[in-house]
Amino acid sequence: MPETLYEQLRKDVRFIEGLKACINCGTCTAICPAAQFYDYDPRIIADTLQRGDETDLENLLKGDTIWYCGECLSCKTRCPRGNTPGYLVQALRNLAINTGLYRFSEKGRQQIIVKRTVGDNILKFGYCVHLDEMTLEDHPEQGPVWDWYRNNAGSILKRLGANYHGEGAGTMRKIDEGDLRELKNIFIETGAQERFETLEKNAYDDDSE
Amino acid sequence: MIVNNPNVWREYQKDIADNHYYFVRSCIRQNFFPGSEQTFLRIVGDFLGKDIYDDAHQTTCSGIAYHCGVLPMETTMTVVARQFALMNEAGYKNFVPSCVTSFGVYTEMIETWKHFPETLIKTKKLLKDSTGRTFEFPDNLVHTSDIIYKFKDAVAEKAKYKLVNNNTGEPLKVVEHIGCHYAKIFPHKGVGGAEFPQVLAGMIRTWGGEIVDYPERRHCCGFGFRNYVIRENRSYPISNTKRKFDSMEPYKPDFIVTNCPGCTYFLDRWQYVIAEMNGKTYGENGYGIPVLTYEEMAGLVLGYDPWEMGMQLHQVSPEPLLDKMGVPYSPEEKYLGNNGEDLGKPHIPERLKVF
Repeated sequence: MPETLYEQLRKDVRFIEGLKACINCGTCTAICPAAQFYDYDPRIIADTLQRGDETDLENLLKGDTIWYCGECLSCKTRCPRGNTPGYLVQALRNLAINTGLYRFSEKGRQQIIVKRTVGDNILKFGYCVHLDEMTLEDHPEQGPVWDWYRNNAGSILKRLGANYHGEGAGTMRKIDEGDLRELKNIFIETGAQERFETLEKNAYDDDSE
Repeated sequence: MIVNNPNVWREYQKDIADNHYYFVRSCIRQNFFPGSEQTFLRIVGDFLGKDIYDDAHQTTCSGIAYHCGVLPMETTMTVVARQFALMNEAGYKNFVPSCVTSFGVYTEMIETWKHFPETLIKTKKLLKDSTGRTFEFPDNLVHTSDIIYKFKDAVAEKAKYKLVNNNTGEPLKVVEHIGCHYAKIFPHKGVGGAEFPQVLAGMIRTWGGEIVDYPERRHCCGFGFRNYVIRENRSYPISNTKRKFDSMEPYKPDFIVTNCPGCTYFLDRWQYVIAEMNGKTYGENGYGIPVLTYEEMAGLVLGYDPWEMGMQLHQVSPEPLLDKMGVPYSPEEKYLGNNGEDLGKPHIPERLKVF
Protein backbone atom coordinates (compact mmCIF):
# COMPACT_ATOMS: atom_id res chain seq x y z
CA MET A 1 0.00 0.00 0.00
CA PRO A 2 1.51 3.36 -0.98
CA GLU A 3 2.42 5.80 1.75
CA THR A 4 -0.09 8.52 2.51
CA LEU A 5 0.97 12.12 2.03
CA TYR A 6 1.14 12.54 5.81
CA GLU A 7 3.32 9.48 6.18
CA GLN A 8 5.74 11.02 3.69
CA LEU A 9 5.57 14.45 5.32
CA ARG A 10 6.29 13.09 8.80
CA LYS A 11 9.66 11.77 7.58
CA ASP A 12 10.90 15.31 6.91
CA VAL A 13 12.88 16.65 9.87
CA ARG A 14 11.61 20.15 9.07
CA PHE A 15 8.05 18.98 9.66
CA ILE A 16 9.07 17.33 12.94
CA GLU A 17 10.93 20.46 14.07
CA GLY A 18 8.38 22.87 12.65
CA LEU A 19 5.13 21.73 14.26
CA LYS A 20 4.56 21.37 17.99
CA ALA A 21 1.07 22.64 18.86
CA CYS A 22 -0.18 25.82 17.24
CA ILE A 23 -2.39 28.01 19.49
CA ASN A 24 -3.59 30.11 16.56
CA CYS A 25 -2.36 33.34 18.12
CA GLY A 26 -1.40 34.74 14.71
CA THR A 27 1.98 36.13 15.77
CA CYS A 28 3.64 34.49 12.75
CA THR A 29 1.15 36.12 10.40
CA ALA A 30 1.53 39.52 12.04
CA ILE A 31 5.27 39.66 11.38
CA CYS A 32 5.38 37.66 8.12
CA PRO A 33 6.69 39.67 5.12
CA ALA A 34 4.72 37.46 2.71
CA ALA A 35 1.46 37.92 4.66
CA GLN A 36 1.79 41.68 4.39
CA PHE A 37 1.62 41.71 0.60
CA TYR A 38 0.09 38.37 -0.46
CA ASP A 39 -3.15 36.61 0.38
CA TYR A 40 -1.10 34.40 2.66
CA ASP A 41 -1.43 33.30 6.29
CA PRO A 42 1.22 31.03 7.86
CA ARG A 43 -1.02 30.51 10.90
CA ILE A 44 -3.52 28.70 8.70
CA ILE A 45 -0.80 26.43 7.32
CA ALA A 46 0.23 25.38 10.83
CA ASP A 47 -3.37 24.94 11.93
CA THR A 48 -4.29 22.95 8.82
CA LEU A 49 -1.36 20.59 9.26
CA GLN A 50 -2.02 19.94 12.95
CA ARG A 51 -5.56 18.75 12.09
CA GLY A 52 -4.05 15.90 10.08
CA ASP A 53 -6.59 15.76 7.26
CA GLU A 54 -5.18 14.05 4.16
CA THR A 55 -7.43 15.94 1.72
CA ASP A 56 -6.52 19.30 3.23
CA LEU A 57 -2.86 18.39 2.90
CA GLU A 58 -3.32 17.42 -0.73
CA ASN A 59 -5.03 20.75 -1.40
CA LEU A 60 -2.12 22.61 0.20
CA LEU A 61 0.35 20.72 -1.99
CA LYS A 62 -1.67 21.53 -5.13
CA GLY A 63 -2.18 25.19 -4.33
CA ASP A 64 -0.26 28.45 -4.61
CA THR A 65 -0.21 29.11 -0.85
CA ILE A 66 2.96 27.20 0.01
CA TRP A 67 4.96 29.08 -2.64
CA TYR A 68 4.45 32.59 -1.20
CA CYS A 69 6.72 32.26 1.85
CA GLY A 70 10.09 34.04 1.55
CA GLU A 71 11.83 31.70 4.03
CA CYS A 72 13.13 34.58 6.13
CA LEU A 73 12.29 32.39 9.15
CA SER A 74 11.14 35.39 11.20
CA CYS A 75 8.32 33.10 12.37
CA LYS A 76 10.82 30.79 14.08
CA THR A 77 11.99 33.61 16.34
CA ARG A 78 8.59 34.93 17.27
CA CYS A 79 6.32 31.88 17.78
CA PRO A 80 5.65 31.62 21.53
CA ARG A 81 5.12 27.85 21.24
CA GLY A 82 8.19 26.87 19.24
CA ASN A 83 6.51 26.24 15.90
CA THR A 84 8.16 27.26 12.64
CA PRO A 85 5.72 27.71 9.75
CA GLY A 86 8.72 28.43 7.50
CA TYR A 87 10.06 24.94 8.14
CA LEU A 88 6.61 23.50 7.40
CA VAL A 89 6.61 25.33 4.08
CA GLN A 90 10.04 23.90 3.26
CA ALA A 91 8.78 20.38 3.95
CA LEU A 92 5.57 20.99 1.97
CA ARG A 93 7.45 22.35 -1.05
CA ASN A 94 9.72 19.33 -1.00
CA LEU A 95 6.75 16.96 -0.89
CA ALA A 96 4.89 18.90 -3.59
CA ILE A 97 7.84 18.45 -5.94
CA ASN A 98 8.46 14.80 -5.03
CA THR A 99 4.81 13.91 -5.65
CA GLY A 100 4.44 16.10 -8.74
CA LEU A 101 1.52 17.94 -7.12
CA TYR A 102 3.32 21.27 -7.60
CA ARG A 103 2.24 21.07 -11.25
CA PHE A 104 -1.34 21.99 -10.23
CA SER A 105 -0.10 25.37 -9.02
CA GLU A 106 0.99 28.31 -11.18
CA LYS A 107 3.42 29.38 -8.45
CA GLY A 108 4.68 25.84 -8.10
CA ARG A 109 5.37 25.56 -11.83
CA GLN A 110 7.67 28.59 -11.46
CA GLN A 111 10.24 26.27 -9.90
CA ILE A 112 11.57 25.53 -13.38
CA ILE A 113 12.83 29.14 -13.45
CA VAL A 114 14.70 28.60 -10.19
CA LYS A 115 16.22 25.41 -11.57
CA ARG A 116 17.35 27.12 -14.77
CA THR A 117 18.94 30.05 -12.91
CA VAL A 118 20.41 29.41 -9.46
CA GLY A 119 20.20 25.62 -9.82
CA ASP A 120 22.11 25.42 -13.09
CA ASN A 121 24.52 28.15 -11.97
CA ILE A 122 25.77 25.94 -9.14
CA LEU A 123 26.85 23.25 -11.59
CA LYS A 124 28.23 25.74 -14.12
CA PHE A 125 30.00 28.30 -11.91
CA GLY A 126 30.11 26.65 -8.46
CA TYR A 127 27.97 29.50 -7.09
CA CYS A 128 24.24 30.31 -7.14
CA VAL A 129 24.58 33.61 -8.99
CA HIS A 130 27.14 34.89 -11.46
CA LEU A 131 27.85 38.26 -13.02
CA ASP A 132 28.11 36.75 -16.52
CA GLU A 133 24.56 35.34 -16.38
CA MET A 134 22.79 38.25 -14.69
CA THR A 135 21.77 40.59 -17.50
CA LEU A 136 20.20 44.00 -17.07
CA GLU A 137 17.31 42.76 -19.22
CA ASP A 138 16.43 40.08 -16.64
CA HIS A 139 17.35 42.34 -13.74
CA PRO A 140 16.45 45.95 -14.61
CA GLU A 141 16.48 46.73 -10.88
CA GLN A 142 20.27 46.43 -10.97
CA GLY A 143 20.42 49.88 -12.52
CA PRO A 144 22.93 51.54 -14.84
CA VAL A 145 25.87 50.92 -12.51
CA TRP A 146 25.41 47.19 -13.09
CA ASP A 147 25.48 47.68 -16.86
CA TRP A 148 28.73 49.64 -16.56
CA TYR A 149 30.18 46.99 -14.24
CA ARG A 150 29.26 44.09 -16.54
CA ASN A 151 30.62 45.86 -19.61
CA ASN A 152 33.94 46.53 -17.88
CA ALA A 153 34.11 43.59 -15.50
CA GLY A 154 37.67 42.50 -16.31
CA SER A 155 39.27 45.86 -15.62
CA ILE A 156 37.07 46.75 -12.62
CA LEU A 157 37.55 43.41 -10.90
CA LYS A 158 41.28 43.57 -11.45
CA ARG A 159 41.38 46.99 -9.80
CA LEU A 160 39.51 45.53 -6.82
CA GLY A 161 41.93 42.64 -6.43
CA ALA A 162 39.57 39.94 -7.68
CA ASN A 163 40.60 36.92 -9.72
CA TYR A 164 37.89 37.02 -12.40
CA HIS A 165 37.87 33.72 -14.34
CA GLY A 166 41.39 33.10 -13.09
CA GLU A 167 42.95 29.90 -11.74
CA GLY A 168 43.45 29.42 -8.00
CA ALA A 169 41.84 31.26 -5.11
CA GLY A 170 40.12 34.62 -5.02
CA THR A 171 36.94 36.54 -5.73
CA MET A 172 35.08 35.53 -8.92
CA ARG A 173 37.68 32.89 -9.80
CA LYS A 174 37.04 30.06 -12.24
CA ILE A 175 36.05 26.96 -10.30
CA ASP A 176 38.27 23.97 -10.93
CA GLU A 177 36.72 21.23 -13.11
CA GLY A 178 37.36 18.66 -10.39
CA ASP A 179 35.40 20.70 -7.86
CA LEU A 180 32.49 21.14 -10.29
CA ARG A 181 32.55 17.40 -10.90
CA GLU A 182 32.25 16.77 -7.17
CA LEU A 183 29.22 19.07 -7.00
CA LYS A 184 27.68 17.19 -9.91
CA ASN A 185 28.33 13.87 -8.18
CA ILE A 186 26.68 15.21 -5.01
CA PHE A 187 23.65 16.25 -7.06
CA ILE A 188 23.47 12.76 -8.58
CA GLU A 189 23.87 10.91 -5.26
CA THR A 190 21.39 13.07 -3.32
CA GLY A 191 18.58 13.21 -5.86
CA ALA A 192 18.99 16.79 -7.06
CA GLN A 193 19.99 15.71 -10.55
CA GLU A 194 16.94 13.48 -10.90
CA ARG A 195 14.77 16.31 -9.56
CA PHE A 196 16.19 18.75 -12.10
CA GLU A 197 15.50 16.32 -14.93
CA THR A 198 11.93 15.81 -13.71
CA LEU A 199 11.34 19.57 -13.49
CA GLU A 200 12.55 19.95 -17.09
CA LYS A 201 10.43 17.07 -18.37
CA ASN A 202 7.33 18.31 -16.56
CA ALA A 203 7.87 21.85 -17.84
CA TYR A 204 8.12 20.52 -21.38
CA ASP A 205 4.99 18.40 -20.97
CA ASP A 206 3.06 21.26 -19.31
CA ASP A 207 4.02 23.59 -22.17
CA SER A 208 2.96 20.98 -24.71
CA GLU A 209 -0.49 20.77 -23.13
CA MET B 1 10.07 34.56 26.34
CA ILE B 2 11.71 37.87 27.29
CA VAL B 3 11.86 39.94 24.14
CA ASN B 4 10.87 43.39 25.37
CA ASN B 5 13.96 44.08 27.43
CA PRO B 6 16.62 45.96 25.45
CA ASN B 7 19.31 44.47 27.69
CA VAL B 8 18.31 40.91 26.90
CA TRP B 9 21.12 40.83 24.32
CA ARG B 10 23.62 40.39 27.15
CA GLU B 11 22.31 36.84 27.55
CA TYR B 12 23.21 36.03 23.96
CA GLN B 13 26.98 35.79 23.75
CA LYS B 14 29.01 33.52 21.53
CA ASP B 15 32.53 32.22 21.37
CA ILE B 16 34.43 33.80 18.48
CA ALA B 17 37.78 32.23 17.70
CA ASP B 18 40.83 34.48 18.03
CA ASN B 19 42.83 33.33 15.01
CA HIS B 20 43.28 30.74 12.21
CA TYR B 21 40.18 31.15 10.11
CA TYR B 22 38.91 29.15 7.13
CA PHE B 23 37.27 31.87 5.01
CA VAL B 24 34.24 30.99 2.88
CA ARG B 25 33.06 33.24 0.07
CA SER B 26 29.52 34.35 -0.66
CA CYS B 27 27.64 33.92 -3.95
CA ILE B 28 26.10 37.38 -3.78
CA ARG B 29 28.84 39.38 -2.10
CA GLN B 30 31.62 38.37 -4.47
CA ASN B 31 29.47 39.19 -7.52
CA PHE B 32 27.74 42.35 -6.34
CA PHE B 33 30.25 43.85 -3.89
CA PRO B 34 33.50 42.11 -4.86
CA GLY B 35 35.66 44.64 -3.05
CA SER B 36 34.08 43.87 0.30
CA GLU B 37 35.44 40.34 0.63
CA GLN B 38 38.87 41.67 -0.35
CA THR B 39 38.50 44.37 2.29
CA PHE B 40 37.62 41.74 4.90
CA LEU B 41 40.76 39.77 4.05
CA ARG B 42 42.78 43.00 4.17
CA ILE B 43 41.46 43.92 7.62
CA VAL B 44 41.81 40.45 9.12
CA GLY B 45 45.04 39.45 7.40
CA ASP B 46 46.99 42.67 6.92
CA PHE B 47 45.63 44.95 9.64
CA LEU B 48 44.95 42.46 12.44
CA GLY B 49 47.72 40.09 11.37
CA LYS B 50 45.58 36.98 11.66
CA ASP B 51 45.95 33.74 9.75
CA ILE B 52 43.04 33.39 7.32
CA TYR B 53 42.90 30.80 4.55
CA ASP B 54 41.19 31.43 1.20
CA ASP B 55 40.65 27.98 -0.36
CA ALA B 56 40.42 27.72 -4.17
CA HIS B 57 38.35 24.52 -3.87
CA GLN B 58 35.46 25.96 -1.85
CA THR B 59 32.11 26.53 -3.56
CA THR B 60 28.63 27.78 -2.75
CA CYS B 61 26.81 26.23 0.21
CA SER B 62 23.84 26.02 -2.21
CA GLY B 63 21.73 27.97 0.31
CA ILE B 64 19.94 30.23 -2.17
CA ALA B 65 18.75 27.23 -4.18
CA TYR B 66 17.83 25.44 -0.94
CA HIS B 67 15.74 28.34 0.30
CA CYS B 68 14.15 28.73 -3.14
CA GLY B 69 12.81 25.22 -2.56
CA VAL B 70 14.48 23.62 -5.54
CA LEU B 71 17.06 21.41 -3.80
CA PRO B 72 16.45 18.41 -1.55
CA MET B 73 17.74 18.96 1.98
CA GLU B 74 20.13 16.03 1.52
CA THR B 75 21.85 17.86 -1.35
CA THR B 76 22.53 20.98 0.68
CA MET B 77 23.60 18.87 3.66
CA THR B 78 26.16 17.09 1.52
CA VAL B 79 27.46 20.29 -0.10
CA VAL B 80 27.87 21.69 3.43
CA ALA B 81 29.65 18.52 4.51
CA ARG B 82 32.06 18.90 1.57
CA GLN B 83 32.90 22.44 2.66
CA PHE B 84 33.67 21.18 6.17
CA ALA B 85 35.80 18.39 4.66
CA LEU B 86 37.82 21.00 2.75
CA MET B 87 38.36 22.92 5.99
CA ASN B 88 39.50 19.72 7.75
CA GLU B 89 41.91 18.88 4.93
CA ALA B 90 43.39 22.40 4.99
CA GLY B 91 44.13 21.96 8.71
CA TYR B 92 41.66 24.53 10.03
CA LYS B 93 38.94 24.32 12.69
CA ASN B 94 37.36 27.79 12.62
CA PHE B 95 34.85 28.14 9.79
CA VAL B 96 33.97 31.71 8.75
CA PRO B 97 31.39 32.19 5.98
CA SER B 98 30.96 35.65 4.45
CA CYS B 99 27.26 35.12 3.72
CA VAL B 100 24.47 35.30 6.29
CA THR B 101 22.30 32.80 4.41
CA SER B 102 25.29 30.46 4.45
CA PHE B 103 25.87 31.04 8.16
CA GLY B 104 22.25 30.03 8.73
CA VAL B 105 22.56 26.99 6.48
CA TYR B 106 25.78 25.75 8.10
CA THR B 107 24.26 26.23 11.55
CA GLU B 108 21.01 24.53 10.53
CA MET B 109 22.77 21.49 9.14
CA ILE B 110 24.98 21.06 12.22
CA GLU B 111 21.96 21.37 14.50
CA THR B 112 20.00 18.89 12.36
CA TRP B 113 22.86 16.39 12.50
CA LYS B 114 22.91 16.76 16.29
CA HIS B 115 19.14 16.42 16.73
CA PHE B 116 18.72 13.65 14.15
CA PRO B 117 21.90 11.52 14.22
CA GLU B 118 20.59 9.31 11.42
CA THR B 119 20.90 12.29 9.07
CA LEU B 120 24.58 12.61 9.96
CA ILE B 121 25.20 8.96 9.16
CA LYS B 122 23.40 9.38 5.85
CA THR B 123 25.28 12.57 4.96
CA LYS B 124 28.65 10.96 5.70
CA LYS B 125 27.79 8.12 3.34
CA LEU B 126 26.52 10.47 0.62
CA LEU B 127 29.68 12.59 0.85
CA LYS B 128 31.94 9.55 0.76
CA ASP B 129 30.10 8.04 -2.20
CA SER B 130 30.03 11.26 -4.21
CA THR B 131 33.46 12.75 -3.43
CA GLY B 132 35.49 10.18 -1.46
CA ARG B 133 35.78 12.72 1.37
CA THR B 134 35.09 12.51 5.10
CA PHE B 135 34.38 15.40 7.47
CA GLU B 136 34.25 16.60 11.06
CA PHE B 137 32.34 19.59 12.48
CA PRO B 138 34.20 22.87 12.89
CA ASP B 139 35.19 23.78 16.44
CA ASN B 140 34.02 27.33 15.86
CA LEU B 141 31.44 28.58 13.35
CA VAL B 142 30.99 32.34 13.13
CA HIS B 143 29.98 34.87 10.51
CA THR B 144 32.58 37.27 9.13
CA SER B 145 30.79 40.18 10.83
CA ASP B 146 31.39 38.42 14.17
CA ILE B 147 35.15 38.66 13.54
CA ILE B 148 34.99 42.41 12.90
CA TYR B 149 32.78 42.77 16.00
CA LYS B 150 35.35 40.89 18.09
CA PHE B 151 38.13 43.22 16.97
CA LYS B 152 36.10 46.46 16.89
CA ASP B 153 38.27 48.02 19.62
CA ALA B 154 41.45 47.30 17.66
CA VAL B 155 39.88 49.08 14.69
CA ALA B 156 38.85 52.00 16.93
CA GLU B 157 42.40 52.36 18.26
CA LYS B 158 43.74 52.92 14.75
CA ALA B 159 40.70 54.84 13.44
CA LYS B 160 41.47 57.61 10.97
CA TYR B 161 37.84 58.67 10.73
CA LYS B 162 34.90 58.26 13.08
CA LEU B 163 31.20 57.79 12.48
CA VAL B 164 30.75 61.41 13.41
CA ASN B 165 29.51 64.32 11.34
CA ASN B 166 32.63 66.30 10.56
CA ASN B 167 30.68 69.54 10.32
CA THR B 168 28.57 69.35 13.46
CA GLY B 169 30.52 66.98 15.70
CA GLU B 170 27.34 64.96 16.19
CA PRO B 171 27.30 61.14 15.96
CA LEU B 172 26.09 59.90 12.58
CA LYS B 173 22.64 58.30 12.71
CA VAL B 174 23.02 54.74 11.50
CA VAL B 175 20.42 52.16 10.52
CA GLU B 176 21.84 48.74 11.22
CA HIS B 177 20.15 45.92 9.35
CA ILE B 178 20.89 42.34 10.33
CA GLY B 179 20.28 39.59 7.77
CA CYS B 180 17.40 37.40 8.95
CA HIS B 181 19.37 34.17 8.98
CA TYR B 182 22.10 35.59 11.22
CA ALA B 183 20.05 35.08 14.40
CA LYS B 184 16.33 34.65 13.68
CA ILE B 185 16.71 30.90 13.12
CA PHE B 186 19.10 30.27 15.99
CA PRO B 187 19.10 33.33 18.30
CA HIS B 188 21.83 31.92 20.54
CA LYS B 189 24.21 31.70 17.57
CA GLY B 190 24.21 35.47 17.03
CA VAL B 191 25.85 38.16 19.19
CA GLY B 192 22.94 39.69 21.09
CA GLY B 193 20.26 37.31 19.81
CA ALA B 194 17.53 38.04 17.29
CA GLU B 195 15.62 40.99 18.75
CA PHE B 196 18.51 43.17 19.97
CA PRO B 197 21.52 41.93 17.99
CA GLN B 198 24.75 43.73 18.84
CA VAL B 199 27.02 42.57 16.06
CA LEU B 200 26.66 45.77 14.02
CA ALA B 201 25.37 47.99 16.85
CA GLY B 202 28.56 47.25 18.79
CA MET B 203 30.75 48.33 15.87
CA ILE B 204 28.72 51.50 15.28
CA ARG B 205 28.80 52.64 18.90
CA THR B 206 32.50 51.85 19.27
CA TRP B 207 33.32 53.89 16.18
CA GLY B 208 31.31 56.92 17.27
CA GLY B 209 27.91 56.47 15.63
CA GLU B 210 24.39 56.41 17.00
CA ILE B 211 21.85 53.64 16.34
CA VAL B 212 18.49 54.46 14.77
CA ASP B 213 15.73 52.43 16.41
CA TYR B 214 12.74 52.46 14.08
CA PRO B 215 9.55 50.36 13.97
CA GLU B 216 10.49 48.01 11.11
CA ARG B 217 14.09 47.58 12.25
CA ARG B 218 13.80 43.81 12.42
CA HIS B 219 11.70 43.43 9.27
CA CYS B 220 13.27 41.37 6.48
CA CYS B 221 14.97 43.34 3.69
CA GLY B 222 12.52 41.56 1.41
CA PHE B 223 14.81 39.13 -0.46
CA GLY B 224 12.36 36.26 -0.12
CA PHE B 225 14.53 33.94 -2.25
CA ARG B 226 12.16 32.64 -4.97
CA ASN B 227 10.25 35.89 -4.61
CA TYR B 228 13.25 37.67 -6.08
CA VAL B 229 14.83 35.01 -8.28
CA ILE B 230 11.58 34.71 -10.26
CA ARG B 231 10.99 38.02 -11.98
CA GLU B 232 7.19 37.83 -11.80
CA ASN B 233 7.40 37.71 -7.99
CA ARG B 234 9.53 40.81 -7.44
CA SER B 235 6.66 42.87 -6.08
CA TYR B 236 7.36 41.02 -2.81
CA PRO B 237 10.95 42.20 -2.28
CA ILE B 238 10.40 45.79 -3.40
CA SER B 239 7.23 46.14 -1.30
CA ASN B 240 8.97 44.86 1.82
CA THR B 241 12.00 47.07 1.26
CA LYS B 242 9.75 50.09 0.74
CA ARG B 243 8.04 49.28 4.01
CA LYS B 244 11.39 49.52 5.77
CA PHE B 245 12.34 52.78 4.08
CA ASP B 246 8.99 54.38 4.87
CA SER B 247 9.49 53.32 8.48
CA MET B 248 13.06 54.64 8.84
CA GLU B 249 12.55 57.86 6.84
CA PRO B 250 11.35 60.10 9.72
CA TYR B 251 14.58 59.35 11.62
CA LYS B 252 16.72 60.77 8.78
CA PRO B 253 19.50 58.18 8.88
CA ASP B 254 22.90 59.21 7.53
CA PHE B 255 23.56 55.72 6.23
CA ILE B 256 22.55 52.08 6.44
CA VAL B 257 24.91 49.21 7.19
CA THR B 258 24.08 45.52 6.90
CA ASN B 259 25.91 42.28 7.62
CA CYS B 260 24.21 40.30 4.84
CA PRO B 261 25.25 40.41 1.17
CA GLY B 262 21.68 40.23 -0.11
CA CYS B 263 20.38 42.92 2.23
CA THR B 264 23.07 45.40 1.12
CA TYR B 265 22.11 44.75 -2.46
CA PHE B 266 18.34 45.08 -2.00
CA LEU B 267 18.43 48.16 0.22
CA ASP B 268 20.72 49.80 -2.36
CA ARG B 269 19.04 48.79 -5.62
CA TRP B 270 15.38 49.11 -4.62
CA GLN B 271 16.03 52.75 -3.67
CA TYR B 272 16.93 53.27 -7.31
CA VAL B 273 13.79 51.46 -8.52
CA ILE B 274 11.47 53.27 -6.10
CA ALA B 275 12.94 56.59 -7.24
CA GLU B 276 12.54 55.75 -10.92
CA MET B 277 9.00 54.34 -10.46
CA ASN B 278 7.55 56.80 -7.97
CA GLY B 279 9.99 59.70 -7.90
CA LYS B 280 10.44 59.01 -4.20
CA THR B 281 13.92 59.33 -2.70
CA TYR B 282 14.87 58.75 0.93
CA GLY B 283 18.20 60.58 1.28
CA GLU B 284 18.84 64.32 1.28
CA ASN B 285 18.28 66.52 -1.79
CA GLY B 286 17.14 63.75 -4.13
CA TYR B 287 19.93 61.30 -3.32
CA GLY B 288 19.43 57.92 -1.68
CA ILE B 289 20.54 56.80 1.76
CA PRO B 290 24.00 55.23 1.30
CA VAL B 291 24.00 51.49 2.04
CA LEU B 292 27.27 49.96 3.20
CA THR B 293 28.63 46.56 3.93
CA TYR B 294 30.22 46.35 7.39
CA GLU B 295 33.59 45.77 5.70
CA GLU B 296 33.18 49.09 3.90
CA MET B 297 32.20 50.80 7.15
CA ALA B 298 35.26 49.36 8.92
CA GLY B 299 37.46 50.20 5.92
CA LEU B 300 36.33 53.85 5.92
CA VAL B 301 37.06 54.08 9.65
CA LEU B 302 40.56 52.70 8.97
CA GLY B 303 41.10 55.19 6.16
CA TYR B 304 40.90 52.84 3.17
CA ASP B 305 40.15 54.45 -0.19
CA PRO B 306 36.43 54.03 -0.98
CA TRP B 307 37.03 53.28 -4.66
CA GLU B 308 39.68 50.66 -3.89
CA MET B 309 37.01 48.97 -1.73
CA GLY B 310 34.58 48.99 -4.68
CA MET B 311 32.07 51.49 -3.31
CA GLN B 312 31.55 52.81 -6.85
CA LEU B 313 29.51 49.63 -7.51
CA HIS B 314 26.66 50.87 -5.33
CA GLN B 315 23.77 52.41 -7.25
CA VAL B 316 23.15 54.85 -4.39
CA SER B 317 26.08 57.27 -4.22
CA PRO B 318 28.13 57.05 -1.01
CA GLU B 319 29.58 60.57 -1.40
CA PRO B 320 27.13 62.33 0.98
CA LEU B 321 28.38 60.01 3.75
CA LEU B 322 32.04 60.44 2.79
CA ASP B 323 31.60 64.21 2.98
CA LYS B 324 30.00 63.99 6.42
CA MET B 325 32.79 61.76 7.73
CA GLY B 326 35.45 63.94 6.15
CA VAL B 327 36.83 61.02 4.16
CA PRO B 328 38.87 62.30 1.20
CA TYR B 329 38.09 60.86 -2.22
CA SER B 330 38.85 61.62 -5.83
CA PRO B 331 35.77 62.09 -8.04
CA GLU B 332 37.98 61.64 -11.12
CA GLU B 333 39.21 58.22 -9.99
CA LYS B 334 35.82 56.79 -9.05
CA TYR B 335 35.04 55.08 -12.33
CA LEU B 336 38.53 54.24 -13.50
CA GLY B 337 39.51 50.67 -14.22
CA ASN B 338 42.74 48.86 -13.51
CA ASN B 339 45.88 51.00 -13.84
CA GLY B 340 43.77 54.10 -14.40
CA GLU B 341 42.01 52.74 -17.51
CA ASP B 342 39.22 55.05 -18.73
CA LEU B 343 36.00 53.04 -18.67
CA GLY B 344 33.54 55.85 -19.17
CA LYS B 345 30.78 56.30 -16.59
CA PRO B 346 27.46 54.60 -15.84
CA HIS B 347 24.38 56.26 -17.25
CA ILE B 348 22.68 58.73 -14.92
CA PRO B 349 19.28 57.55 -13.62
CA GLU B 350 16.36 59.76 -14.56
CA ARG B 351 15.20 60.52 -11.03
CA LEU B 352 17.65 59.24 -8.42
CA LYS B 353 20.41 61.81 -8.08
CA VAL B 354 23.91 60.34 -8.19
CA PHE B 355 27.44 61.74 -8.16
